[in-house]
Amino acid sequence: MSNGGRYRGLAVLALVIGLLPLGLPNAYAYDIAINAAFNATVCVGLNLLIGYAGQISLGHAAFFGLGAYASGILTGRYGWPPLAALVVGAAGVGLLSWALARPVLRLKGHFLAMATLGIGIIISIVLNTESWLTGGSDGLMAGDFSVAGWTLRGDRAWYAMAGGLLLATVWAAGNLIDSPVGRALRALHRSEVGAEVAGIDTARYKALVFVLSAVLAAIVGSLFVHYAGMITPARAGFMKSIELVTMVVFGGLASTFGAVAGAVILTVLPQVLTAFEDYETMILGAIMVGTMIFMPRGLLVTVAGLVRAGRRR
Amino acid sequence: MSTRAFRTAASGLVLAAAIGLAGPVAAEGAANPIKIGSFLSVTGGASFLGDPEKKTLELEVAAINKAGGINGSPLELVVYDDTGAADKAASFVKRLIESDGVDVLVGGSTTATTMAAVPLAEKAGIPFVSMAGAVVIVEPVKKWVFKTPHTDRLAAEKIFADMQKRGLTRIGLISEDAGFGKSGHEQALLVARNFGIEIVADEVYSAKDPDTTVQLTKIRNTPGVQALFNFGFGQGPAVVTRNVRQLGLTLPFYQSHGVASKDFVKLVGEAGEGIRLPAPSLAVADQLPAGDPQKPVVTAFEKAYAEAYKAEASTFAGYAYDGLHLVAEALARAGGTDKAKLRDEIERTKGFVGTTGIFTMSPTDHMGLSPASFHMVEIRKGDWALLD
Amino acid sequence: MLSSFVQYLFSGVTIGAIYALAGLGFTIIYNASHVINFAQGEFIMIGAMATVSLVGLGLPLVLAIPLAIAVTVLVGVAVARFAIMPARDASVVTLIIITIGVSLFLRGVAQVLWGKGYHALPPFSGDVPFQVLGAALLPQSLWVLGTALVVIAGLGWFFGRTLYGKAILATACNRLAAQLVGIRVSGVLLASFGLAAFLGAAGGIVMTPITFTSADAGIMLGLKGFTAAVLGGLGNGTGAILGGLIVGIAEAMSAGYLSSSYKEATAFVIILAVLFFLPNGLLGRAGTERV
Repeated sequence: MSNGGRYRGLAVLALVIGLLPLGLPNAYAYDIAINAAFNATVCVGLNLLIGYAGQISLGHAAFFGLGAYASGILTGRYGWPPLAALVVGAAGVGLLSWALARPVLRLKGHFLAMATLGIGIIISIVLNTESWLTGGSDGLMAGDFSVAGWTLRGDRAWYAMAGGLLLATVWAAGNLIDSPVGRALRALHRSEVGAEVAGIDTARYKALVFVLSAVLAAIVGSLFVHYAGMITPARAGFMKSIELVTMVVFGGLASTFGAVAGAVILTVLPQVLTAFEDYETMILGAIMVGTMIFMPRGLLVTVAGLVRAGRRR
Repeated sequence: MSTRAFRTAASGLVLAAAIGLAGPVAAEGAANPIKIGSFLSVTGGASFLGDPEKKTLELEVAAINKAGGINGSPLELVVYDDTGAADKAASFVKRLIESDGVDVLVGGSTTATTMAAVPLAEKAGIPFVSMAGAVVIVEPVKKWVFKTPHTDRLAAEKIFADMQKRGLTRIGLISEDAGFGKSGHEQALLVARNFGIEIVADEVYSAKDPDTTVQLTKIRNTPGVQALFNFGFGQGPAVVTRNVRQLGLTLPFYQSHGVASKDFVKLVGEAGEGIRLPAPSLAVADQLPAGDPQKPVVTAFEKAYAEAYKAEASTFAGYAYDGLHLVAEALARAGGTDKAKLRDEIERTKGFVGTTGIFTMSPTDHMGLSPASFHMVEIRKGDWALLD
Repeated sequence: MLSSFVQYLFSGVTIGAIYALAGLGFTIIYNASHVINFAQGEFIMIGAMATVSLVGLGLPLVLAIPLAIAVTVLVGVAVARFAIMPARDASVVTLIIITIGVSLFLRGVAQVLWGKGYHALPPFSGDVPFQVLGAALLPQSLWVLGTALVVIAGLGWFFGRTLYGKAILATACNRLAAQLVGIRVSGVLLASFGLAAFLGAAGGIVMTPITFTSADAGIMLGLKGFTAAVLGGLGNGTGAILGGLIVGIAEAMSAGYLSSSYKEATAFVIILAVLFFLPNGLLGRAGTERV
């Protein structure tokens, strides 16, 4: 993981994001691209947790939802400025995830999965039930995102925001991975006991990456609600969490660009497959199973490996 | 090139290619077909709404085209299945407006999917006729949004009037915690007092709840409760009905028009005997008096639907029929596909005889129906018995 | 007030029996392979939906039920053979994702085959409820409880008295040792999935006359069944049964005495409490981790 390789990858990503608008024919296409960028950003964070630290979270969509609802409620109901709402939402999620991190991350494997699942579902049930605050299952509407008089409006502006956020996140993730924190994470992934023996406070690092990925999801959620103009509890639910995990796993565990690719592909795919609307659940399930059996390290990592092997011949 | 860079470039190319495939630019050209965009819950929890609606739209569009189209142009229908999910609906509406370039929207099987589409229709300035029930869709009136079914408030008012006639003043309300059931619940609470009715018990259940005996027991134990009112649609009312029978509750039992379909009656079987609900004319087509202006319309539609699909046309199919023909007549009057003109003509609809009722829209009323077109019916021996 | 309590109790015990059967299914598979099968709920759904289809085709219940169960068992074995066996030595995360993927896939196929509407079955012996202590008990509830008891007794006999059952237990104890004494461990994996499928299907079928069923009925049932298994102590059959009943009764009581809006959350609150404070469940033994 050389520095040169990382910066080259970042440059290529920036190039793709910058040039893509030339190929986008209409606002609907922009919508797909923006959603893909948002998903990719969340997945980069989730990948740090799943791929690098070796944990699992089946409830991450709930953090996304909490950020979105916090922004929606504070700006809609209480008239707060959007930036303040975003910060408060992110801080709230940060506190919540930090409080949950210690007890939850003590668990391993299936138990960790079930605990995160349970947390995610409880949060989405609360969002659904407290309709006096959240609008219940019909969801919440939200206005534009504006800071100090300047409003973020229009597809191009939002695309720039989403793309910029993605780039910044990928750059930050790369920095994190190459830092002592990143090395600690990779160490505890390999062997938690071994890392402890080497003097790494594994509980602290696991909590750190859990909180980071949760806060990132919340920030994206806050932006999303202003972009889409609405949020429903389904966005914070079990199925969305599974979709996020699928994106990370499909693209490639322990690969930031893999997570980006996975998110992009699995955001675009359902749009392309609307003819197969009936079969969507089936196909998603098949992708998950197929990837894990045949390409357990993810699509991009496997493809890149094949390309490299081919070149060596 | 490093593997990282390769991967990113690959993902970028995939993205660009896929988006290129997914979002074709709308075709231009003279003698354009008139494009009707629709997003329906064909599959999912509301499939008994969306599936007949889709069938009806296809049937009626074909019929209109066979008769020469409108102003010489054929109709083209673009339908997407939102599976009952509001955010999918929003995404499809964006696609219909931006990518498919439709002239008018006729869709939205459920309140949730409709409300997700409303801000998009308003922003894009495209007329939108919804087939969902909640009053919030047209109140406050939105410039571009209309709807065909009776509202939940009308249903509550009709039922409360019937209760008042029978001297029932203390009732127990059990409703779904989401969508139509929830908004119906709010409307019921709002208008009960106007009929001298007090809601003494108020329970909720969730859409997939397999058992509501607990909630019904709480209602039964409420002192002085005289009747039961269930607001919801889909699986919920069927479970409630069965549980009512199971617990041996003999209170007068009312449902909303969310269950005005033969599927419901068949599913609950004997447990459904004696349930009262408000239903649009289509449900009791053969019992309408000979002079009723709606009789020829509903009878003809029933026949056409039965011939095409070998199934009975539900009242939900009727909503789609009304929505499409309302738009078709407005298109004919407007003489073109200019969206603003079309919207004005829809608003000018007067005395349009549909299957749900006779529609007269106005700038303050974008639903156009009155309680008179709602009929109180009772389930007897597996069929509807007209009460008024 | 007693009659309300008894009513809630009946409701809770009935659904608790279904959770117990689901929990048993989880336990059996976990014991045989240390896999948590997130698709267990789908087995419940397939048994029920298959029966509905067969009855719809005109078959009498007596024929439809065994056929539906057989179909579900086949599906279970196929899942084991094609999804689990190829990834047997993979990491826990991988296996979790695989079983979730299987669950999605099965649900998707069910939606395509049977549509997304909901369906019912006629009650096996009439629907006139018995009045017990002022509460109504459906005959079908007795069928549910009876089936659960018979199945559990049968499993007890199977694991305790037959060679096949003991082989499965042996594999759960120590896979290598079992192989050394000549047990076909791959067969054990398939058998455990088949058995879990049988349990799920049986539960789903007896339950459908009371509740309805639909292609996505499996999600929540599976998750609550997992709660039951963990509550009782993952790997402990009696614990799973106990856990199922507790979850069912807790749900009914919380809806009755607290608030019906949070009924769905009860099971998940329970599982969080168990995972945080009592990770080995009620009857589980504390495990040791090999470094």
